[in-house]
Order: sequence, then structure tokens, then C-alpha cells
Amino acid sequence: MAVRDSFGRGSLRHRSPIQRSLRRRLRLLPVVPSILLLALFMLAPVAWSIYASFTNAALSGKAALNPQWVGLDNYARMLTDSAFPLSAWLTVVFVAVSAILGQNALGLVIALLMTRSGGTTASLVGTVVVASWILPEIVAAFAAYAYFSQDGTLNQLLGMIGVQGTNWLYAFPMAAIILANVWRGTAFSMLVYRAALSQVPRDVSEAALMDGARGWQRLAFITLPIIRGSVATNLMLITLQTLAVFTLIWVMTAGGPSNASTTLPVLAYQEAFKLGDIGYGTAIASVLILIGMVFGAVYVRLIRGAKL
Amino acid sequence: MRRPVRIGAALLGVVGLLASAACSAQPQAVSKQTIKIVYQKTDSFTALDKVFQDAKQEFEAANAGVTVDLEPIQANDDDYGTKLALAQRSQDTAPDVFYEDTFKVRSDVDAGYLLKLDSQLASWDEWSKFNEGAKAAGRGDDGSIYAVPLGTDTRAIWYNKTVLQKAGIPLPWQPKTWDDILAAARKMKAVDPSVIPFSMYAGKGTGEGTVMQSFYELLYGTGSSLYSESDKKWVVGSKGFTDSLQFLKTLYDEKLSVTPADALDSNVWKKVFGQWLPQGKMGATVEGSYAPSFWQKGGSYEWAGYAQDMGVAKFPTQFGQDPGGVSMSGGWTLAVGAKTKSPDLAFKFLTTAVNKKNALAFDVNNSQIAVRTDVASDPGYQAANPFVKDVSDLVGVTHYRPATADYPKISLAVQQATEAVITGKQSPAEAAAEYDASVKKLVGDTKVMQK
Repeated sequence: MAVRDSFGRGSLRHRSPIQRSLRRRLRLLPVVPSILLLALFMLAPVAWSIYASFTNAALSGKAALNPQWVGLDNYARMLTDSAFPLSAWLTVVFVAVSAILGQNALGLVIALLMTRSGGTTASLVGTVVVASWILPEIVAAFAAYAYFSQDGTLNQLLGMIGVQGTNWLYAFPMAAIILANVWRGTAFSMLVYRAALSQVPRDVSEAALMDGARGWQRLAFITLPIIRGSVATNLMLITLQTLAVFTLIWVMTAGGPSNASTTLPVLAYQEAFKLGDIGYGTAIASVLILIGMVFGAVYVRLIRGAKL
Repeated sequence: MRRPVRIGAALLGVVGLLASAACSAQPQAVSKQTIKIVYQKTDSFTALDKVFQDAKQEFEAANAGVTVDLEPIQANDDDYGTKLALAQRSQDTAPDVFYEDTFKVRSDVDAGYLLKLDSQLASWDEWSKFNEGAKAAGRGDDGSIYAVPLGTDTRAIWYNKTVLQKAGIPLPWQPKTWDDILAAARKMKAVDPSVIPFSMYAGKGTGEGTVMQSFYELLYGTGSSLYSESDKKWVVGSKGFTDSLQFLKTLYDEKLSVTPADALDSNVWKKVFGQWLPQGKMGATVEGSYAPSFWQKGGSYEWAGYAQDMGVAKFPTQFGQDPGGVSMSGGWTLAVGAKTKSPDLAFKFLTTAVNKKNALAFDVNNSQIAVRTDVASDPGYQAANPFVKDVSDLVGVTHYRPATADYPKISLAVQQATEAVITGKQSPAEAAAEYDASVKKLVGDTKVMQK
């Protein structure tokens, strides 16, 4: 160690500042391809989306030929559009209930139960939960549609015990898509928490046990603080995933009835592609990106706090 | 400032096509002698695919060295329009010849997607065989022709004779007023509460079907209209609009139509054609003249008895006022892409696809109303199904959609109003007021008029 240290420092001291900065730049070389790919496939569409949101770009009509710069018109329109506030609110509800509460809490509970149960039970439960997650989104969406629809599985099951079910997708569209998203996404949180819990040193909780801490106390004061970083990372990932959920909602309710389940991605799609108003659609998408960034910033702070 | 938009548009087009992944499966040979044809094909609409397959063989045999690349898009009308528009945005994906809805022609001409066909049409001897009214479907705002019609359609009441007979309604049935419809529907309901007496589409689920096969039949029968062609303004605040919503409300509130939940399902029309009418569970519905195409041999819902069991009546005006009936017309055209590298070859293919033989096959298989006079007088066309004459006569009382670039948004606002009313979220007056407000917001105060 000591030899390498002095060797490294010594050689650095003999180098000119130019050499040093060149060396630093060369170190970046291996990541250049991934930065370029990210810029091309992630940053460029985002930048274009933001640019287009300041124009009246359209799929058809005169504006398709010569899009004009309209400044903040599209954003001003959101303030007067009755569909937008509703849609923003539904998005927040969808994310809060299905991801932050549903997937996150359920994932943690299942992971905790699995650490206590036997190997066979744990792997059986794990397989069942993960099964819904590995399905392609379109297949999962159809499965959820088939479950909640008028002649669907749920109503058939209810029928067996003599209860007449309603058309869930029509009567309770938000509840249906929230449950479907919890069903589909819980596996991810469960996997994250299983990995995190296996990192919790056993001697710490054993010591707490010796001191007479109850189960919930050990969870709240020992386990959770230790896995705080994983909690924040998990929350960030599932929040961003849930903000972007489109296929599930589109297949199940298409945003209806009467916009009752139109979250921002669905609204953006409707405006841009159903109505051909790409300018307004991209403005909504830009707001969605902004919301995602706000959530992201909060979680990043949480993660930093956890590492200190 | 425009360049980035174009580049971005191209990017978006590529992304859109990747995402849709429905078309362009085969590698595209970039050769000057290849022309690309884009059109719609679904499990219940294969008539056009057959026409293009035949036209491809015919054309490739007559023009050695030319490859016709058929690229059907599998999607419903709405999604087909979106995918086509995305493909139009880039030179690489734009088609040479494509299938275009009449109500999008004007707006797509504005967008620069369609090639002006005036000079080619002047030297095409068969153009004179097209009926004058139908030619207008392909005309842009500048008076030039941009598209050649394939066929047109009308809308009528289709009723199941056995259901009406059971309710003691004399046949043939021809309601004279809206109240006649309600009276007949109530009779059917009283005799057999399990039947759906009179279905009319509503809500956003059925899209253009809601307006073309339901709301406009009502609105244009009140003496009001959606748009004033003479003033070039959208009509707001009309009593006809509220009355039409009220009629739908009555129909849904008294359970004379399907349930609101069924109405909002975008696949409800499949049940109408495939189950309810053939099984005698529905008295009547308002549908297009193309209805027999689903039931005839080779259709998606083959039903041998449709010719005997079904009857057709024209949709009445509100109080029976002149002209005594209402219908709506749409239809589809073929157009040449403005970005084509070989316009003459593309136009030549277009003329092959709409020649008498192919037009006849399309009109018969898809139950379209002929736009070529030689097809209309062909015995094969007249004998295609027992209803050809009835639905063709409706051309006399038909209306067309105001095909301006604003139309799709206005149409959605109408659909929204019907949805709010049948689900009980708003009263007809509230829904009409909200429609008026949306229209003003969409097109601006200067482009609306009170009527």
C-alpha cells in the first residue's frame, strides 16, 4: 500500500498540469459511448419535447407544415383547460396510492414475512409475486382488464358466492387501475427489500432483542434506519415508473369514463396523437418530466442523507 | 427555427413507428421502381386488402421491373389516421399511395401530405366516369383535386323485423318523428324487457361512430347544424344541440338503449353487429350503409338470415319537418403522397386500384355506395345485397362533416357532451353550455356564431 501510494503521488508530482488534466480526461474515455447514447436516446427526445411544447406543432393542418413559435401559449392553456388539473390530481393520487403506499408498503411487508418464513414458503410466495411482474406490460394489462371487466374473473368469483358484481372499470376506474398497478409492481419493491433486509446485520437486532425491544420497535428503530438508503432508492424508482404508466391504463379504461382515470401520460397521448395537437401534448409531457424531476430531487436528498 | 422542428418531427415519426411496430415488417428495398402503398386492414375489414392484392398483381404484370410494396396498417380508424400522419412526416416513411378518410383530406392538404392531381386527372379518361358530387370529397380548399374517391356511404336505421313484429309494430317501419322512435322503443321494452329496443352510440369510446351514427342524425334533423358553411363559423348555443342531447338522455335513462357502461366500450359495435341484432336481442340501431358487409358471406359476422330479418328505414327529422329524413355521409379515398419520388407511377397504380373491376369488388365486398357511374349501373353491384337501393336513395338527404383542420377537436367535444349526459354527470343544458365554451376556446371567439 505504502509503496503504491508514494509511487503514485511521486509520479503525479513530477507531471505538468497539462499532463494531469489530460490524464483526467482520458479517464473519462470509457464512459463517452454511454454518455453519447444517453444524450442521443434520452436527452434529445426530452429536449425536443420541451422545444415542441413552445410551438403549435401538429399532426395535420397548416401547423404540420410550418409549426410556429407560440411561446408559453400551451402552458397558459393548461391553466384554463378543465381536463388538466383533474388529470394532474389523478396522477398524484395514482402515484401516491399505488406506488408509494401500495407497492412500497406491500413489498416491504412481503419481504419481512419472507425473511421469517421457511425456504419453501418464501420461494413459493416469491414466484407468485414475481410472476405478475415478469409479464409484458400489455399482457398484464389485458389480464387486469379481464379480471375487472363486466364478465370478468372477479364478477364470476363474486357470482359463485351469490354477489352481483358491478362493472368495476366503469364504476370504480381509479380503484381498478390502482389495484392493477399494485398487483403488477409490488414484486419490484419486494425484491429490493429482500436484498436490503439480507444486509441488516443480525447482531444489531439481536442486541435490541436482548434489550427488550418489541417486534415493531426493532422494525422502526433498527431495521428501517439501516435500510433507509434502499427505501429511498426504491421509492424513486417506483415513483418514476408509476408516473409513466400508460399501457395499463389505456388498455383497462382508456382514461374513461369521462376522464375519470385520465392521468397525465394518457392526457398527453390523447392531445398529441388522438387530436393531433403535438404542441400541447408535449407541453403536458414536459410538465410530467418536471414532476418526475421534483420527486427525483427529493429522493436523491433522502439517499444522500442516508449515507451520512 | 423550423429546421429543428422538422428534424424533431422526423425523430418523433421514427419513434412513433417503432412504438406502433404494426407496419413495415419487410425490409424496404430503396429503388426508384418500388412504390409503397399504405392502407388499413383489420380482422373485420379485409375488402381493401383484397383490392390491393389484385391491383398489385395486375400492375406488376403490366409494368415490368416495378415492385408494389403493400404495407397494411392494422388499426382502427382513429389509430390508422395517427399512424398514417406520423409516417407522412418523414421522406423515408411517407407512402407513395395511401388510403385517406374523406374528412381528413382538407386538413392533410394543408399539412402538405397530398400531391395535387389536377394535371394527371386531366389526361385520365376514366375520371369522367366519377359522379360529380363524389369528386368533391377529394377537393382541397384551393379547388384542386387531391384524392380520388373509392366509395361513399350513408347512415340509416337498421331494424330486426322479428323483434318489431313481436312488439306489434307494423312493417315496414318508418318513424316520422323522434317521438315515433321513442314510442316504438317503449313498446318493444314493454313486450320483452330483455331486448335493447333502440341503440344509438354515445360517448368517446365509439369515437367518430358516436357523432356520425348517432348525434349528427339528431342534430341535423332539428334544423340546426354543427358548422355554417356559408359563414365559415361553428354554431354554438342552438336549441337543436340541447334537444339532441335530451333525446339521447331519454333513450339511456329509460334503458331503451345499451347501458352507459356498454356504450363507453369502444368494441360495442362488434356486439351490435355480431350478437344483439342477429340473435334478436336488439330492436334497431343507427348504422352505416356498409352494415351488410359484416353479415354477408365472407364478412366478419356471417348471418345468412340478414336479408330476410333486417329492414332499413331512414332516420326521421325531429318533428317530421322537411326533408323528412337525415343521413350522414363519409367515405374513403386514395391519394398520392406529396413526398413520392415517382408521382406518375404512383398515380398509375392509383388508377389501377380504382378501375371498374377493382372499384366494383370493393363496393360490393365492403357494401359501399358506388361513386363510379359505370359501377353503379352494373347488375352485380345492384344485386350485392337487398338494401343497395334503400341506402343509395339516402344520398338525397345526406350531410357531410365540416372537414376543416379544427374538426377532430370539435368532434371530441361533441362526444364528450354525449358522454356527460348519458352517464348522468351533466344535464343536457349543462353539457351544451360546456360544449359552447370548449368550441370558443378551441377555435376562438371570431370563428363561432350563435344560432
